[in-house]
Amino acid sequence: MTTPQTLFEKIWNNHVVSQDAGAPAVLYIDAHLVHEVTSPQAFAMLRERGLAVRRPERTFATMDHAIPTRAIDITLWPSDAATQVRTLRDNCRDFGVTLFDMDGPVQGIVHVVGPEMGITQPGMTIVCGDSHTSTHGAFGALAFGIGTSEVGHVLATQCLLQSKPKTFAITVDGELGVGVTAKDIILAIIAKNGADGGAGHVFEYRGSAIRNLSMANRMTICNMSIEGGARAGLIAPDDTTFAYLKGRPYAPQGAAWDAAVAHWRSLSSDQGAVFDRELTLDAAQLQPMVTYGTNPGQGVAVTGCIPTVDELADPAARRSLLSALEYMGLRQGQPVVGQPIDIVFIGSCTNSRIEDLRAAAQIVQGKRVAGDVWAIVVPGSKAIKAQAEAEGLDRIFSAAGFEWRGAGCSMCLAMNDDKAGAGKYVASTSNRNFQGRQGPGARSLLMSPIMAAAAAVNGRIVDVREML
Amino acid sequence: MDALKTLTASAAPLRAENVDTDQIIPARYLTAVTKAGMGDGLFAAWRYAADGTLNPDFVLNNPAYRSAAVLVAGRNFGSGSSREHAVWALTEYGFRAVIAPAFADIFYNNSLKNGLLPIPLAEEQIAMLWDLIEEEPDTQLAIDLAAQTVTLPDGQQAEFAIDPYCKHCLLNGLDDLGYLLSKDAQIARYEESRHF
Repeated sequence: MTTPQTLFEKIWNNHVVSQDAGAPAVLYIDAHLVHEVTSPQAFAMLRERGLAVRRPERTFATMDHAIPTRAIDITLWPSDAATQVRTLRDNCRDFGVTLFDMDGPVQGIVHVVGPEMGITQPGMTIVCGDSHTSTHGAFGALAFGIGTSEVGHVLATQCLLQSKPKTFAITVDGELGVGVTAKDIILAIIAKNGADGGAGHVFEYRGSAIRNLSMANRMTICNMSIEGGARAGLIAPDDTTFAYLKGRPYAPQGAAWDAAVAHWRSLSSDQGAVFDRELTLDAAQLQPMVTYGTNPGQGVAVTGCIPTVDELADPAARRSLLSALEYMGLRQGQPVVGQPIDIVFIGSCTNSRIEDLRAAAQIVQGKRVAGDVWAIVVPGSKAIKAQAEAEGLDRIFSAAGFEWRGAGCSMCLAMNDDKAGAGKYVASTSNRNFQGRQGPGARSLLMSPIMAAAAAVNGRIVDVREML
Repeated sequence: MDALKTLTASAAPLRAENVDTDQIIPARYLTAVTKAGMGDGLFAAWRYAADGTLNPDFVLNNPAYRSAAVLVAGRNFGSGSSREHAVWALTEYGFRAVIAPAFADIFYNNSLKNGLLPIPLAEEQIAMLWDLIEEEPDTQLAIDLAAQTVTLPDGQQAEFAIDPYCKHCLLNGLDDLGYLLSKDAQIARYEESRHF
């Protein structure tokens, strides 16, 4: 009898090219995603060493991080960002890499475009010089972020040297309440397990509450695995996965599709497979979540209050809380509800898909953004933008006073000119509430798209369930 | 990559947990297409006042820590973004080692690929080091990678863990690419077996 294996172990074992004693495994990479910010130094290394891209047909590039989300002239950009875009174009041309360029119909956030194009498939290994590569784990792919040196390694050899991570099962059973979303599941997991709780591990999300989620929602959860300290998060593929992928440009077609699905059905953790760690949550107990601090583990239910240092035993946690509240200008024990906000950002690789925009639009329909609040919606890709416009979502947002932008990372990391001002409170659907992440001195409150939409029309944090 | 065998240097205390790579270098410094100049962006939000002058309250602006080549920080150092620019910023500024209770996975890997030695020590040891180097900023820490030890001037010694392969690479200044390129035949056989 064979030993039961986890989903992670199955994918890992399928991709080990060689394993020398005393060295990490040589792991084969099926798909490599590239963007303008973390790739130029890697392509430069190839040129210096006279190397080619080993598998250009397995390498896909787009631009998302530094580009503007307004229709403005390239010559008006900060010159460095324009140079990065030109450099990516040159590199893709010279090395034969497919580029989903800004002037084409496919461009968008790299973790939105990969799945949309059917590049992301179950059982694959996928890397990108971006920590939110964990998003692709929603398809049952082992997907993780890498540094620029490793981008160079994959370009040159289609392989990485990797030590085998441990496994961590996160089971969420039961039914989510009305107004409680995938974003709330992952924020609750991180609040419970800590921003470093998954270090050295790969999460596998399981249980009925996960199984019932759409692909967009599964991507939201896997996306923030890195905020829980895990480089990767997996969800076993099922009929929901296959229905999403069927017919997409890079998905297998015809007989190859049937063979692929037959293989993909074997990709789940075996009965009795042992995980190094486990965590269980009851979906019915979850509430809409809001972060109050400067790491993603500092989150509470919207019905709750910011903790006090007296509630924390660990000196490091106390120190973290005090420094976070000082930066955020918030008080110990303060209720989350009622906190005024200045800016609303709906977008990012966490929550910029069509389902996210539909849900947010339902909340704002027929209402107005409150007072001086600056609210923007940034679709994850050109395809999503077009779909949303076909459904009239852009008109709902615009009528309510939101700005309707082009696709990109935008205010999630404020590399372009979409920045929150110092001291401003941002109700954000993105993934990181780090100090200055959304602009120098900006204060981020992370939440779901419907919670952010509710904050926009009220000018403060409210429990969105009161509006449903 | 530069080899690192031993390092004797003073250390700067950074009393903070979850120092993410956005703190180490904010995104607005990532628009370069080379590695050069990243040191200017190191801890930019903490190091500089809004007008661009040095913030005298930030530890690295204290002249006592100007020559520190070791940074001692709290747990989960290097969390968040995968940007290797964070490591380039630390090394260009002059750091050769970071001591912390634990590191985020991607940062840890990126460090080892650039000759920056991440040294995990226990929380109590970090707390003791913080007190010591705040009291005596000139304290020289002697790091011996082969022996995997950090030794204080009074002889106190702490051992640290490191993957044997990464240790070998760092001791000899080797990068992974040479190793991976030497596997070309195995990679080709693997690709054939998958019918690519």
